[in-house]
Amino acid sequence: MFRYYLDLAMRSLMRNKVLTALMVVAIALGIGASMTTLTVLHVLSGDPLPGVSGSLFYPQVDPRDMDGYDASKPLPEQVTWIDGMNLLHARRADRQALMTGGAVPIQPAQSGIEPFYSDARYTTSDFFPMFRVPFLYGHGWNPSDDESRARVVVITRSLNDKLFGGKDSTGQTLRMKDTAFRVIGVLDSWRPNPHFYDVNTGRYSNSEDVFVPLGASRDAHLDHDGSTDCWGTGGGDEEHAETEPCVWLQFWVQLDSPDKVAAYREFLTHYSQEQKALGRFARPVKVGLPGLMEWMDINKVVPGDVRLQTWLAFGFLLVCLVNTIGLMLAKFLRRAGELGVRRALGASKREVFAQLMVESAVIGLAGGLGGLLLAFGGLWLVRRQPSDYASLAHLDPTMLLATFVLAIGATLLAGLLPAWRACQIAPALQLKSQ
Amino acid sequence: MQIKPILSALRRHKAGTFLIAMQIALTLAIVCNALFIIQQRLAHLAEPSGLDEPNIFVIQNEWVGASTPEQLDAKMREDLGVLRALPGVQDVTLSNSYPLRGGGWDDGVKLTADQVQDTTGATIYFADERFIDTLGLKLIAGRNFRAEEITPMNVRDRLGPPVVMVTKALADKLFPAGDAVGKTIYLVGGPTTIVGVVDLLQAQSVDRWAQSFAYRSVIVPKRLAISLGVFYIVRTQPGQLDAAMRAAPKALFAHNPRRVINDEDGVLSFKEVRAKAYERDRGMAILMGLICVTLLAITAAGIVGLTSFWVGQRRKQIGVRRALGATRQDILEYFLTENLLISCGGALFGVLLAVAINLWLVTRFELHRLSLVYLLMGVVILLLLGQGAVLAPAMRASRVSPVEATRSV
Repeated sequence: MFRYYLDLAMRSLMRNKVLTALMVVAIALGIGASMTTLTVLHVLSGDPLPGVSGSLFYPQVDPRDMDGYDASKPLPEQVTWIDGMNLLHARRADRQALMTGGAVPIQPAQSGIEPFYSDARYTTSDFFPMFRVPFLYGHGWNPSDDESRARVVVITRSLNDKLFGGKDSTGQTLRMKDTAFRVIGVLDSWRPNPHFYDVNTGRYSNSEDVFVPLGASRDAHLDHDGSTDCWGTGGGDEEHAETEPCVWLQFWVQLDSPDKVAAYREFLTHYSQEQKALGRFARPVKVGLPGLMEWMDINKVVPGDVRLQTWLAFGFLLVCLVNTIGLMLAKFLRRAGELGVRRALGASKREVFAQLMVESAVIGLAGGLGGLLLAFGGLWLVRRQPSDYASLAHLDPTMLLATFVLAIGATLLAGLLPAWRACQIAPALQLKSQ
Repeated sequence: MQIKPILSALRRHKAGTFLIAMQIALTLAIVCNALFIIQQRLAHLAEPSGLDEPNIFVIQNEWVGASTPEQLDAKMREDLGVLRALPGVQDVTLSNSYPLRGGGWDDGVKLTADQVQDTTGATIYFADERFIDTLGLKLIAGRNFRAEEITPMNVRDRLGPPVVMVTKALADKLFPAGDAVGKTIYLVGGPTTIVGVVDLLQAQSVDRWAQSFAYRSVIVPKRLAISLGVFYIVRTQPGQLDAAMRAAPKALFAHNPRRVINDEDGVLSFKEVRAKAYERDRGMAILMGLICVTLLAITAAGIVGLTSFWVGQRRKQIGVRRALGATRQDILEYFLTENLLISCGGALFGVLLAVAINLWLVTRFELHRLSLVYLLMGVVILLLLGQGAVLAPAMRASRVSPVEATRSV
C-alpha cells in the first residue's frame, strides 16, 4: 500500500511542477538556514570535555575592598596570586590547578626558523591529569617541579612538528625569552572548545602551544596576557603581581561527588571568613562554585549574534512552513474530485489521510535533501568568515540526522491540516459535480 | 467596491485566508526587526574614528629576549627614528593601542580624590608629542604635550602623569561648562591636570563593553616600555601608504633583527583595521538583508500560489459575474481588494508580533526599541508585495470569459 501511495504522490507532485518546486524550495531554504545556524550553535555551546566537565568547578572568592561595593554585582572572575596559592596548597579538592595565560618569544636553536611569539599557559601540575590532556611523548611535570620552579616545558604537537620535525623532543632544550627550558612532554592534538579554562584569552581560539610551571614563568619574567582587574592601590604591576591587589589567575578544581562539592563550598566560606578575620577580605562573605558548563553560561561564551541568528533562522523556517501549509492546502483541495472517487470506491478516510501524508513526507524528504545541500553551503560560508570559531563549523552525524528528522517532521506537521481538510470532503458531492 | 461580498466569500475559505494572513504577519514581524537591526549595525559602522584613516598604518612590534625597561625604551626611540627617515613617511608615534584595535587599557576617571564611584570610564592612550599630528586629530583647546613632558613608563609604575589631554566627549562629560583646560582630574595613580582637548578620538573597541565610554579618551604623555605589544603608528604622505608599509618592516629588521613582526597582522593599514573591527557587524547586516529578501520572495510566491488556486476554483462564479455585467476591471478589483483586506488583517497582527519580538530581543540581546518608522516601512512593503503578488492571478481571473458561466451546468 505504501508503494502505491508513493506512486500516487510522485504522480501528483509531477503534475504540478511549479507548485511542487515552490514547496520544496521553501522547505529547503528554511531547513538550510536553521541547520546552518543550529550547527554553529551546537558546536559553540558544546561540552569542551565530555564525560569530565561534570566534575570540574571554578571556585570564586571576593578579595576586593569596599569601594563600589554592590551586593548584586557578580564575584570577581579570577583570583589573586595569594588566594590562588592558598587554595592550591590547601589541596581540599581531588585535583586543583592554578593558571594564567601569556605570550612568550620562542628562540629556535635551528637556523632557518626566525624567532616568533607563541601563546603560553603558565599552570600547575594537576592541569594535565585534571583536564585529561593527551600526551604524544613524555608527560607533564610533578608537584615537586611546581615547588622547585623547575625550568621545564610541555609543548603541543604542532609546535613540536614546527621545531623538532615531529620527533620525540623530550630532553631537548627550548629557549624562551633568553631562558632555557627542558622539554619534558609533547601533547597529542588537544583543542577543547570552548577554550573553557580561560575565557579571556580567546573563546574558541586554538589552545596555547607552550605550557610552563607557573612558578618558573614568574622567575623567567615571562609576560602575562589576559585580563587583569585591580582595585585599591593595585596598578597591574607585572613584576610584583604576587602581592598586588589584582585578580589575574584562574583556579579550577575537580570534585568527584556532590558531597565533595558541598564540602568544598563550605571550605570556601570558611576560607573567606578566615581571610576576613585576618583583615585581608573586606566584603561580606560570598563565594561561588559554578560547574564548568554553568561557568560557560555565566560568561555568555556563545556570542549573542549566533543566538540571534538561530532565532532568526527558526522564524524563517516557521514562515516557510506556513507557506507550505497554504500551498498544500490548495493542492489537496484541488484534487477533491480524485479523492472523492477514491472514497466512493471504498477507501476509508484514514487511507486517504495516509496517502496525503505520504505525499507530504516526499516533499519533506526532497526539502531535507535540498536543505542539507544549503546547510553545507552555509557552513562553508561560515568557515570562510574570520571569526575565531569559523574552523569549527562542520556538520557532524548527529546534526545530519537532525536535518532529516526536522525536515520530514516539519513537513508532516505542515501536511496535517491540509490532509485533514481534504479527508472531510463528502464523496457524493464531488461525484455529483463531475 | 463592495466589501461585504468579499468578506462572505472569505468566510468560505477560512483556512486559506488565515494562512496568508499568518504568513504576512510573521514576515512583517521578522522583516521589521531585521531592517531595524541592519540600520543599527550600519549606523555603528559609520561612526567616525577621528583619524586621517587613508594615510595611516600600524606596526605591532614585539621584542625577543629579556631587556630592562630602560633598554626597551632606548630601542623604541631608535625605531621611531628609523621609521621617520623612511621616504613618504610624514609622521610617526607610538602607543599602547589605537582606535578600533579591539582591546586595550581602560580605566576610571574621578573628579575628586575621595570619590568612591568613578565619574566615567575612559580609554587610556599612551602618546608622545607627535601623537596628535600623526593621527590627524584636531586640537580644539589648550595645547599639545611638549617633548620634555614625555616620560617612559615601565610595568612597575602607576599611571599618574602630571598632565594629560582628553577628548571633547570626555571633557563635556566631566566639565559640562566647557572649561576643562587647566582642571584637575584623578586617574588611578593620582591627580593630573588637563592641558589640552582634542575633538574626536574613538575608543580602542567598538564592542558593547566599550560603548559606555565610546569617545571618552585620556591621552597620557608616556612611552610604554614592555616587550609585548607596543604599536608604532605611521602617517604617510598621500599616496605613499603601500610603499611605506612594505618598506617599514624591512627597515626595522635591518636596524635590529631581535624582534617579531607577525607576517599576518603585524603591519596593518587602517583600512584593514576598520574592516576587521566591523566585520561581524557587516556580516550580520548582510545576513539580515538576505533573509529579508528571501522571506519576502517566499511570501510573494505563497500568495501567488494560493490566489491562483482560488481563481481556478472560482472560474464559474467569475463567469457568472461577468455574464451578469461585471467588467474585467470589477473582477481585477475584487481580487486586489480581497488581498488588501487579508494583508491588512495580517499586517495588524504582524505589527503586534513585531513589537512583541522586539521587546523580547531588547531583554535578551540588549537591542534598542523598535522605532515606528520601521513598523510603517514594513507594513508598506508587505501591502505592496501582496498587491504585486496578487496582480498576475487577478489578471488571469479578469480574462475569464462570461461563457464559462454556461459550461458544465
